[in-house]
Amino acid sequence: MLTNEDRKLLELISTDYRLSTDELSIQTGLSKEYVEERIKQWEEEKIIVQYNPLINWERTGEPIVTALIDVKVLPQRGYGFDKVAKRLQKFPEIKAVYLMSGGYDLSILIEGKTMQEVALFVAEKLAPLEHIQSTATHFILRRYKQDGVELLGEEEAPERLVISP
Amino acid sequence: MKQYLSPVAAKLPPSGIRKFFDLVSTMKNVISLGVGEPDFITPWTVRESGIFSLEQGQTMYTSNSGIFELREALTRNMSKNFGVEYNPHDEVLVTVGASEAVDLVMRALVGPGDAVLIPDPSYVSYAPCATLAGAEVHYIPTRAEEGFRLRVEDLEQAYTPNAKLLVLSYPNNPTGAIMTREDYLPIAKFVSEHDLIVLSDEIYSDLTYDGTHTAFASLPLMKNRTLHVSGFSKSYAMTGWRVGYVAGHSDLIQALTRIHQYTMLCAPITAQVAALEALRSAEQSMRDMVGTYDRRRRMMVHGFRKMGLSCFEPLGAFYVFPDISATGLTSEEFAEQLLREENVAVVPGTAFGPSGEGHIRCSYAYSTEQIQEALNRMERFVQKRL
Repeated sequence: MLTNEDRKLLELISTDYRLSTDELSIQTGLSKEYVEERIKQWEEEKIIVQYNPLINWERTGEPIVTALIDVKVLPQRGYGFDKVAKRLQKFPEIKAVYLMSGGYDLSILIEGKTMQEVALFVAEKLAPLEHIQSTATHFILRRYKQDGVELLGEEEAPERLVISP
Repeated sequence: MKQYLSPVAAKLPPSGIRKFFDLVSTMKNVISLGVGEPDFITPWTVRESGIFSLEQGQTMYTSNSGIFELREALTRNMSKNFGVEYNPHDEVLVTVGASEAVDLVMRALVGPGDAVLIPDPSYVSYAPCATLAGAEVHYIPTRAEEGFRLRVEDLEQAYTPNAKLLVLSYPNNPTGAIMTREDYLPIAKFVSEHDLIVLSDEIYSDLTYDGTHTAFASLPLMKNRTLHVSGFSKSYAMTGWRVGYVAGHSDLIQALTRIHQYTMLCAPITAQVAALEALRSAEQSMRDMVGTYDRRRRMMVHGFRKMGLSCFEPLGAFYVFPDISATGLTSEEFAEQLLREENVAVVPGTAFGPSGEGHIRCSYAYSTEQIQEALNRMERFVQKRL
């Protein structure tokens, strides 16, 4: 369990990882040494996994296609879902693998340059795998919001009076 | 046509804020730290409930006192947060912003021959409202060395036998000062001994950064003597909606309600519906906003101290009130020169009363990027004059 201060620090890092330890220390009121120590600990424990900016590739004009694949797995005695998931995550094209409740077992996120590339990957590399019973591929057509950020048409910045009491 | 104005209206001076506002409006690309409202938009669930109520055709008058469910929710809130119990039937009035509540209190309680005691510096509206009601104003100086808290010795000095109403406003605009229970006890004793009524404007009560807020009405014997004024503007970013409230003894609240029923009739129904939703579902959004203000507060205090200015640490509201006297400039000179040289607008402390001389009010209701940019420019400005 995180202390209140640790939670505030971690949340601050998650909103902007570019903040220096000085800035983090000023804004949280925690000492610089404490902040550095915590970050190091969290990195070692893989609580902080990676520092990645959220990039909207579609805006670059580069071709990029993302698909969410619903995968049904034939769990076999001793095999289970974990082993299948571990096998799948080795593919660099597969960006995310989740075990799901509901009508299918695994949700996979794949990125490629074209729909055809993704579809061929599913057909040739994914579907034929042992223990994969069926796949259903859904292509993302438009992203409206990701990681808590609205990507299209932001709300207008509010116009405040320049000076108010 | 000015000769047709009433003497009171003719003599009412424009606020010090207004003067500065007019100056800043003429300039472009100004980073203004001069606002008194959140930079957040009202949380979506709150906006949505207002929108939905309009779609449902809720456009009529409400009861003069305000929607009953809102009054109930307010009394539950005040019980939970401050430990003060109010009866929603006759001890709470929903007003058109806390501003209307302040005006109602003045008009219902004081008149010609009465005096109102107001700490200095403080929010621009208290003195004018007292004047409009026909009362005289006595300022009680507060000092940076004391964290701009009201001291009973100063209250004693300012007191006159015709003083009827004491205005308290903590957390404070413009200083960001707070009063703890220990700070309030001698004030409460004085109020009791001198038979005063207190207008306690606690609109920044949710914006406190070190421990919980003490409501003045929670002090011994103070509940009946206090008119507790507050609102939704600062906690829930609802400044433009115009909805606030006042709670107190039923005799006083009924008098306020009688005035309110003639002048306003009721607070806007959409705002009341939205305010109720805020109390029901927007607490986490409010806490998130307060967390963000807290970070910016630390940034700003650190920034001022780093540039060599003395700055007491404010523990409430969203203002910092640093001492700029080390530059040798008056508050107004500092503010004007800073604006012209670095395009940064701050409000001179004197806009809030004579004790504000030597200080400026800077709001941290801005993004950290803007705050940092403003601090960088101010540092440049200050370095040349230290």
